[in-house]
Order: sequence, then structure tokens, then C-alpha cells
Amino acid sequence: MYKVLKREQIVPNIHLLAIESSSVHQNARAGEFVVVRADERGERIPLNLVDWNKDSVSMVFMEVGTSTSKLASLKPGDEIATLAGPLGKPTEEVQGKKIACIGGCYGIGALLPVIRMFKEKGNHVTTIIEARSEFLLYWQDKLREYSDEFQEITRDGTKGHKGHINDVLVDYIKKNNVDMVYVQGCTYLTYLCSEITRPSGIKTIVGLNPIMVDATGMCGVCRVIVAGETKFGCVDGPEFDGHQVDWDNLIARRKIYINEEISSLSFYECERYG
Amino acid sequence: MAKIVPKKTAMREQPAMERTKNFNEVPYGYSEQEAIQEAKRCLQCKRPTCMQGCPVEIDIPGFIDLIAQRDFRGAIKRLKDKNVLPAVCGRVCPQEDQCEKLCVLAKKYEPVGIGRLERFAADWEATQGEAPVPKKPKPTGKKVAIIGAGPGGLTVAGDLIKLGHAVTIFEALHAPGGVLVYGIPEFRLPKVIVYREVDYLRRCGVNVVFDFVVGKTATIDQILHEYDAVYIGTGAGLPWFMNIPGENLNGVYSANEYLTRSNLMKAYLFPEYDTPIVRGKRVAVIGGGNVAMDCARTALRLGADAVHNVYRRSRKEMPAREEEIHHAEEEGVIFDILTLPVRYMGDEHNWVKEMECIKMQLGEPDASGRRRPVPIEDSNFITPIDTVVCAIGQSPNPLIPQTTPDLKTGKWGNIEINPETGKTSKKGCWAGGDVVRGGATVILAMGDGRVAARSMDDYLKTGVW
Ligand SMILES: Cc1cc2nc3c(=O)[nH]c(=O)nc-3n(C[C@H](O)[C@H](O)[C@H](O)COP(=O)(O)OP(=O)(O)OC[C@H]3O[C@@H](n4cnc5c(N)ncnc54)[C@H](O)[C@@H]3O)c2cc1C
Ligand SMILES: Cc1cc2nc3c(=O)[nH]c(=O)nc-3n(C[C@H](O)[C@H](O)[C@H](O)COP(=O)(O)OP(=O)(O)OC[C@H]3O[C@@H](n4cnc5c(N)ncnc54)[C@H](O)[C@@H]3O)c2cc1C
Ligand code: FES
Repeated sequence: MYKVLKREQIVPNIHLLAIESSSVHQNARAGEFVVVRADERGERIPLNLVDWNKDSVSMVFMEVGTSTSKLASLKPGDEIATLAGPLGKPTEEVQGKKIACIGGCYGIGALLPVIRMFKEKGNHVTTIIEARSEFLLYWQDKLREYSDEFQEITRDGTKGHKGHINDVLVDYIKKNNVDMVYVQGCTYLTYLCSEITRPSGIKTIVGLNPIMVDATGMCGVCRVIVAGETKFGCVDGPEFDGHQVDWDNLIARRKIYINEEISSLSFYECERYG
Repeated sequence: MAKIVPKKTAMREQPAMERTKNFNEVPYGYSEQEAIQEAKRCLQCKRPTCMQGCPVEIDIPGFIDLIAQRDFRGAIKRLKDKNVLPAVCGRVCPQEDQCEKLCVLAKKYEPVGIGRLERFAADWEATQGEAPVPKKPKPTGKKVAIIGAGPGGLTVAGDLIKLGHAVTIFEALHAPGGVLVYGIPEFRLPKVIVYREVDYLRRCGVNVVFDFVVGKTATIDQILHEYDAVYIGTGAGLPWFMNIPGENLNGVYSANEYLTRSNLMKAYLFPEYDTPIVRGKRVAVIGGGNVAMDCARTALRLGADAVHNVYRRSRKEMPAREEEIHHAEEEGVIFDILTLPVRYMGDEHNWVKEMECIKMQLGEPDASGRRRPVPIEDSNFITPIDTVVCAIGQSPNPLIPQTTPDLKTGKWGNIEINPETGKTSKKGCWAGGDVVRGGATVILAMGDGRVAARSMDDYLKTGVW
């Protein structure tokens, strides 16, 4: 069992979770993730590492279904059943490049360690975050600290640029000599950004989120097709070249359990709230 | 000498029609009376051939004689001298290819039910309350790390803790047992049996650390900074696919995923447990081994109307244990032998809906001595299905070799060892079980563990590699 040190809602539906751990930090690197299981009946779910030290690790998660609802109900002092990591391949370290880093929903939090690493390696970092409205944007100060440029996008125009990532990214890569684009967030965002940069051929690295179970390369549920080859997202990824990903397959595979996810959540809510 | 009884004492089991509706164990085990009756069939040979078939050299006639005399405690003690997991081995060992095959009775009649008697003695012990822990030996001050809590790792832990070494097991998953827990289903091996044995080891002082993925959380080299010796028993957990079109469609599983969801994550109890599994109505399981039988029988219990076992050779070549094939047949699994899938077709939502297969015939024997299956031209046919489970084999997971450059591996990513000692190419590191052999058996993994433990103890005492 692993002790919860902190669980707080940062913005509606997005939470920070800090768990006591003395072993995950020692090899942890930007871009890696952990697997958590809320309780003994819980599913194993992957969450990106956003921060770590010798006593704890923290993650940012979005409440979407049963597992994340269970996590969202945790209080300091509670315990979770599983915390395993770090897992996956770390973000490839590059130097002296101009990189545009894009984050949406939980990906805003997941960007933090990556832009910190990029910055430490002497890259020029432009951070772009997006949300529906200003009240869903978060961690601007933390992200600014490691960004040379910083932009916000809201769909309703309450903050920063009004509109979508499309307009901003298309414009940004036209006006700047960008070497690389890096994206964290839901599948739709990673897909969209990859399509935006495809014509220009700018290298685009995306953090994917296929369904996982063990996350050690043992089951193969996380397979994604990259450059026509089957890869295991948990050990060969989770970051891949967005121009090489078979998006149709990834999007379809993420929906394998959609009916079960819905019934699981209503079962959990009935049990919890009667 | 007693009169020869030609047939094994029958073991009662759940009727096929009933058991496909639950995950409870299929055979009930012997009663005391039945066990004694079966034990009395043993001829107590002066030079017992059965023992030559046992990879861990159990005193077979010895423990059977004790059962015949109603000394069950003595019998289990005799078994445990050589085998730390008798309740497991009694259930899953391929006795028909080992001890029972060499039983003198087997020349003319049915062999003694050695496996059933082993199981009986172990189950009897479990009814006697918590097994007492032996007196703690004098600590040697040496620390051993075991990677993987499968049957191999558990055997090493049991042997070395008794010798006074401090033992820590690092396990990647959240439960111990390896394949015994995540792979072999409850109806064949109830998980409480494995947990009981692990609990015993913990009471003896073995420290088990879960959620620790060696190669990621810490590398072997990092572990060697803190420990005097390391045993790698990480099994063969990398699932193979056939690389045919359509394998990434929704509804196509590896056996590992299917079984892990159902067994380790208890998806058969969804939604009480959170992990889901597809409850397919028309399921195809590809492959002819124990793993395939376990998947097919799981699919039936999850409510399938039709489960096809698709195997490219003939029934005779199936590597699964006869007992497993027989159980699967009784339960209604349909065997499509001499059949090979060539592609899967999906619907507009990427769900598998059909499987195209080609008929095979047997040609000349191949390297394994079995006749090679060759496709029959223009024999392709299409079957409607909604779930596929690919159970064609697995090889060792590369996480540890990739992060341990001086660990020598073979063609399949298997770790190379000296079979007499279990030593790898890396000083202070031993290995055994499936990570060395590829998919093998529980008892071979345990045998490897025993050999390595002996060599590790020598090294810890003398410091000589
Ligand atoms: C490598 C990796 C890293 C990840 N890192 C994070 C992270 O740092 N923070 C985080 O919040 N999530 C992260 N995810 C996704 C996270 O694992 C899932 O959100 C989680 O498993 C959902 O579990 P659940 O039981 O709450 O929801 P489920 O019941 O599994 O899903 C409920 C519904 O939400 C949809 N859904 C699930 N996940 C997402 C998603 N990410 N975006 C949009 N819709 C989704 C499902 O399709 C379904 O309709 C990561 C995934 C991977 C593979
Ligand atoms: C479905 C199925 C049915 C079978 N049926 C039979 C049968 O009836 N009879 C029989 O004799 N054999 C059977 N086998 C084979 C048998 O189970 C294996 O040969 C045996 O379990 C191998 O034991 P092991 O200790 O080498 O490894 P495993 O049992 O594979 O255990 C390895 C352990 O190491 C852990 N691990 C892996 N990588 C790491 C890492 N990097 N860090 C930490 N831990 C790690 C794994 O999580 C696992 O717990 C079956 C196998 C399967 C899959
Ligand atoms: S999650 Fe099981 S292999 Fe990747």
C-alpha cells in the first residue's frame, strides 16, 4: 500500500496526486509514467509522472471514469494499492533546438517535466496550452519558468488566443523556424497537432495513451502501429513520431471497452452514492 | 505383495455442464479413503523408476507408502523435503510425461496416480491450520535479491532463507506467483494455494517487494550494489503474435492479456472488479498448448456460445496435457485441427468479425521431430467470430537484458546459463526457469531454482565465483 500525501483539484475535473514512494524517483526521467491502482479491486492505469523526489512522486490526472473517480476521492493519509514505475521510454533528449511544446487537459501538467528537461538541455522552448475556457487552464507560472515563450488558447476567448490549436500552431510554425513539436494530452490533440505539422515535415513527438494493463510489455494490449510496425506502447513508447502513427487504429482501440467503462462507472457510483 | 489393481482410483470432478458456468476448481481431489486406496496400488519397487522422471527427485514410493499407512503428516513432510510447492505441482505438473510415465505399472496398466496423491497430501496439510515455521537459522549476514515471484523465484527464496541468508523478492506485478497467478486460471489452480505458500515464505522471513520493475525501477547493477547475489526468474512474458493482417483489430487478444485480465485482475467478476474483458460469443483460440486450453476454457466460462480451438497440426501433436485437452473437449470446445488462420477481417468500427483460415496437412518431420504442417492450396474458408485469442507462445521480456549489457542472451532473448550451477555470464547473477528455457514447466523452473540456490549458497559462503 502506498500513502497519499496530497490530492487536490487544480481546476474542475483535473487533480494533482502525490504518493509516498522511495523507489520510483531514482531512475525517473521526463516523459515516463507510473501505473497506479486505486484499491484491491481497481484497474491498473497509467499516469504520467509530473514530479518526483526521494520521498514522493506526483501526477496530474483527469477524472473520466471509474479509476480516476476513485483517485479523485482520495484524501491525504489514504492508501492506494499499486504504484509501479517509472515505466516507458523517457523523452529523447535533444539540444540546441527550437521546440514548440503543446499541452491540453492532463497534458498541461504532463508537460512540466519535459519542458524542464528541454530547457536544461539548452533548447528554446515555446509552451502552448489550451482549454475550453480560462478556468480550465492551470500551472501557467510553473510552465513559464521553463519557457522562452508562452501562449494560451481558449475556445471561448476568455484568456489568450481565442480559438483552437490549429490557428495558433499553423501560424507559429509559419513564422518561426521550429525544429520540433512535442505534444501531451488526449488522443484528439496529439492527432490534430500531428496533422498540422505533417505538410511541413517538422518532427512531431506525441505522448500516446493506448489502453494498458501490466505496462511492462507482458500483455500487448497497448499495441500501436507505427511506421507500419506493431509496437508496444508501454515499453517501446509511449512517445512516438506522430507522422508515423496509425491514428485510425489507435482511436478505435481506445474504444474497446467503452460500454464496459460506462457500466463500470454507473456501478461504482451506485455503490458509492446509493 | 498386494494384488495389482489395473486402474487409477477415479477422481470426482464437477460435471462439465455445470463447471462451464463457474470458475471453481474442476477436480475435487481424493478423500482420505480414496487416497489410501490409490496409495496401496503402488508396488513399492526396490529400484523405483518413477523417481528418474521427477526433475526434483521426490522420494515417490516413500511418500506414497506413508499415505498408505495413513501417516499424512509424514507424507507431506517427505514431499516438502524436495518440493516446496506440492499443492501446485500435484495439480499442474505433466506427470504423464514424467514420473507416471516411468511407473512400472504403466507398462501394462494405468500408472499410480502420483500427482493426485501429491495433491492430496498437500491439501490435507492445508486443513491442519497454519504450517509451523521452522526455527530461524543463524543469519549469515549475506543479502540475496530474487527477481520475479514465479515458482522458480519462490523456490530459491525458500531454499536460501532456510540457510540463513536475508532474502528479498522483487516482483513487477502487484501479486506473487508469476504464471501460477496471472496465467493459470482459478478453475485449474485456486489462487489461495499460491498465496498460502507465499505467506509461509514471508513468515519464514522472506521480504517480498511488489510493483518493482527491475530494469526500470532499478537495474540489476543498482541492485548488485546492495545485494551479494541476484537470481533472475522473470519468466517468458513477451507474447507472440502471428504477424498476419487484422491482428490489431479490436477483439484480438494475446493469451497473456486475456488470462491476465481474467485471472490477475479478476475481470470475470466485472463490474465488482474494475477491469473489463470482452465476453465474446464466438471465440477462436489459436494454438495447441496448455495456454490455449486455458484460454478456450476461460472463454466458455465467460459465456461464449462457441469456442473454436484452431491448431495447425493434428490432435496427436498438440503440446497441451492430455488431461487439459480432455477437459476442454468435455466442456464443448470445438477443435479445428490442421487449420491455420491467415487473416482477420473487421467491421466498420475496427472490431474483428471474421477469420480466414487455410487447411493444412502433415508433411515431413521438422527439427522438433513432429511432422511439419503444410498448407493445402485453395482450401481457404471464412468463419464468423467476434473474439480471437492468440496463444502461440512467448519469449523472455527484454527489459532486464536491455539494461544489463554484460548479461549474455541467446537467439530468443533467453538468458544463457551454466546448467550445472545456474550461473549467468555476469558475476553474482544466476538465472533459471522460463527466462532461460522459454515457455517450459513449473517443475523445471523449480528444479532450476534449486540448482541455483545451491550454487548461490556456495558463492555466498566462499566468495568464489
Ligand atoms: C502512457 C499513458 C500516460 C497517461 N498519462 C495520463 C495522465 O498523466 N493523466 C491522465 O489523466 N491520464 C493519463 N492517461 C490516460 C489515463 O490512463 C486514462 O484516463 C485512465 O485510464 C482512465 O481510467 P478510468 O477508469 O477513469 O476511465 P475509463 O472508464 O477507462 O474511461 C472513461 C471514458 O473516458 C475516456 N477516456 C479515457 N482516458 C481518456 C483520456 N486520457 N482522454 C480522453 N478521454 C479518455 C474513455 O474512452 C472512456 O470513454 C495516460 C495514458 C497512458 C497510456
Ligand atoms: C496459461 C499457462 C498455463 C500453463 N500451464 C502449465 C501447466 O499446466 N503445467 C506446467 O508445468 N506449466 C504450465 N505453464 C508453464 C509454467 O507456468 C511456467 O513454465 C512457469 O511458471 C515458469 O516459472 P518461472 O518462475 O520461470 O516464471 P514465471 O512464472 O513466468 O514468473 C516470473 C515472474 O517474474 C515477474 N517479472 C517479470 N519481469 C520482471 C521484472 N523486470 N522485474 C520484476 N519482476 C519481473 C513476473 O511478473 C512474474 O511474476 C503454463 C503457462 C501458462 C502461461
Ligand atoms: S500494457 Fe501490457 S504490454 Fe503494454
